[in-house]
Amino acid sequence: MTELICTVCPRGCHLKVYPEENYRVEGHQCARGEKYGQEEVKNPCRIITSTVCIEGAEHPRCPVKTNAPVPKQMIFNVVKTLNNVCLRSPVKAGDIVVENACGTGVDFITTRSM
Amino acid sequence: MHVKIHDLIVIGGGPAGLAAALSAWECGVKDIVIVERDKELGGILNQCIHNGFGLHYFKEELTGPEYASRFIDMLRDSSVQVKLDTMVIELTDDKELHVVSSTNGYEILKAKAVILAMGCRERPRGPIGTPGTRPSGIFTAGQAQRYVNMEGYHVGRKAVILGSGDIGLIMARRLTLEGSEVLACVEIMPYSGGLARNIVQCLHDYDIPLYLSHTITQIHGYPRVEGVTISEVDDNRNPIPGTEQYIECDTVLLSVGLIPENELSKGANIAIDSRTGGPIVNQSLETSVEGIFACGNVVHVHDLVDYVTYESSEAGKSAAQRILKIASSNSADITHSITDENADVIQLINGNGISYTVPQLIDLKVKLHNIEVFFRTNRIFGKSTIHVKAGNSELKRFKRVRLTPGEMEKIVIDEDTLRQCISKGFDEIEVSVTEDPASEENVHFPVEKTVTLGEVL
Ligand SMILES: Cc1cc2nc3c(=O)[nH]c(=O)nc-3n(C[C@H](O)[C@H](O)[C@H](O)COP(=O)(O)OP(=O)(O)OC[C@H]3O[C@@H](n4cnc5c(N)ncnc54)[C@H](O)[C@@H]3O)c2cc1C
Ligand code: SF4
Repeated sequence: MTELICTVCPRGCHLKVYPEENYRVEGHQCARGEKYGQEEVKNPCRIITSTVCIEGAEHPRCPVKTNAPVPKQMIFNVVKTLNNVCLRSPVKAGDIVVENACGTGVDFITTRSM
Repeated sequence: MHVKIHDLIVIGGGPAGLAAALSAWECGVKDIVIVERDKELGGILNQCIHNGFGLHYFKEELTGPEYASRFIDMLRDSSVQVKLDTMVIELTDDKELHVVSSTNGYEILKAKAVILAMGCRERPRGPIGTPGTRPSGIFTAGQAQRYVNMEGYHVGRKAVILGSGDIGLIMARRLTLEGSEVLACVEIMPYSGGLARNIVQCLHDYDIPLYLSHTITQIHGYPRVEGVTISEVDDNRNPIPGTEQYIECDTVLLSVGLIPENELSKGANIAIDSRTGGPIVNQSLETSVEGIFACGNVVHVHDLVDYVTYESSEAGKSAAQRILKIASSNSADITHSITDENADVIQLINGNGISYTVPQLIDLKVKLHNIEVFFRTNRIFGKSTIHVKAGNSELKRFKRVRLTPGEMEKIVIDEDTLRQCISKGFDEIEVSVTEDPASEENVHFPVEKTVTLGEVL
C-alpha cells in the first residue's frame, strides 16, 4: 500500500493506493483523485517549467514548459536539454524550444511572447 | 491646475487590477486608467513561471505568464488606458492620485472611483529577528524568484529555506532544477503554510527534508553566508536547547509571509483590518472610504490567483455600478461610510477557529445578493463543520473534510438567509468551526453536500 496526497486540486485529499488489489484507491473525494492515485503509483509524471536564455528581449530569460507531463525519473535529463538553448526575440508563446526532449516525445515550448 | 476626472483609476496592473478593469469596462465604463509602477503588466505572475494557475477559472493548468497574458490580450481589445512605469505615491480620500513617472514627471490624477490592487510584499528578515551575522546570500524567496526566473542570476549553490509558504516551496524546486542543492526547508509551525500539492511536487519529488516545528536560530559567515544553525521549537515557538543542528550552506531564502501593501490606503484614511493587514471591505469590496474599492492580495493574501480574479471582477462591477449611478443621478447622494458608527451593516464575527473573514461586514444599503465569504482557520481541522450563527440560532452549516490555515476557504451565505437576519434585526453574524467527533465519521450528513474543487474542474 502507498500513501499519497492528491495534488489534482488544492483540497489535498490523503489517498491510500493498493497496487496488490488492482490499484484500488481509498480516501479520494472525486474521480480525478482516483485516477491520480493510480497513475502516481504506476508511472508518476510532471509538467516541467524552467527558463532559457533569450537575446534582444526586455528580459534575459524566457519561461518555458513541457507540453505534456514527463516521467518523474526523467526530469533532470529533460531539463539538461535546455542548457545550451538561446532564443532570439521575437518569440511567440507556444513556440517549440526543444523537440522530443530525450526521446520522451514531449517538447519544451515558450510560455510567453517576448 | 486643471485636473481631468477619470471615471475609474485602478492602482496596480497585476491579476487583480487587470480583472477589475476588464469587468468595469464590460459593465459599460469606458474611461478607465490602470497605473502600474513596473514596465509591464502582469504583476507577480511574470515571475511565477511554474504551472498551477487557472485550474478553476480557465479549467486548465497554466503558468503565471500564460494566465496574465490571457487578461492582457483581452485588455488590448478594450479602451482601457495603461500607464506603465508610473508609481502612485499618494492617494487622498477624495480620490486624488499623485503619481510620478520618468516620462511625465509629477502628475495629479482624479477619479470618480478608485480600485486598489497593489498586491503585497514579502516580510523581510528584520521583523522575524533571526540572530547572527549580516552576510550576503540572504534573499526573500520572491526576490530570488525574480532573479532566477526573469533576470537570469543564479542565487547560490547550497540553500536552506526558512518558512514553508508556497513561494519558498516553489523556489526549493526551482533551485534544484537549476543545479543548486536545497538542504532543508525549515518551518516554525507544526504544519506547513503551503498548499499540499506544493509540498508533494516541490519537496517530496526531490527528497528535500521539511523540518516542522524548527527554526533557524543562528546565521553564520561573513561576508557570505557559510551556514545556519537550526533548532527545534516548543509549543510556544521557543527554541529547545540541545536540539541545535548545523547546516553548511551559502544561501538562505526567507519565505516567512506576505504583507498586503497598504501605505497608500493608510494615507487615504482607509480603515485597515489588523487581522488581514488589508482594508476592511463590504460585500462589494468597497472600503471605508466611499468610492474606493480594493481587491486581490492588497485585501488579504490569496493562495490561488483564480480567487483573485473572481474577487476583482466583483470589485470592478461594484465600481462600475457606482460610476454609472453617479452619471445617471448626477449627484453624490450615494455617499456613506461602512465604518460609521450608525452605519446600516451586519458585522461578520470570527468565532472559534476562524482567523479572519473577507468581507468583514455586509452593507445593507447595497443591493443584497448571495455573498461569498472567504476565510482562513487558525489551525488545522480534520472533518469539521462550519457554523453560521446569528443571535442564538444557527442559520447554516457547511461540512469540510479538512481545513488548514494554508488554504483559504469559501462559503456562500445566500440572500434568503441574509433577509432572515435583517428581519430579525440581527447586526452580527458569527462564523465558527468545530471539529466533528471521530465517531461521526460514518454518520450520514443531512446537511448540504460539499462540492469538491476536483468535481468542479
Ligand atoms: C511566488 C508565488 C507563487 C504563487 N503560486 C501560485 C500558484 O501556483 N497558483 C495560483 O493560483 N496562485 C499562485 N500565487 C498567488 C497569485 O499569484 C497571487 O495571489 C496574485 O498574483 C495576486 O494578484 P494581485 O494583482 O493582487 O497582486 P500582484 O500580482 O502583486 O500585483 C500588484 C501590482 O501592483 C503594482 N503596484 C503596487 N504598488 C503600486 C503603486 N504604488 N503604484 C503603481 N503600481 C503599484 C505592482 O507593481 C504589481 O504589478 C502565487 C503567488 C506568489 C507570490
Ligand atoms: S481526490 Fe478530488 S477532491 Fe480530493 S484532492 Fe484529489 S481532485 Fe481534489
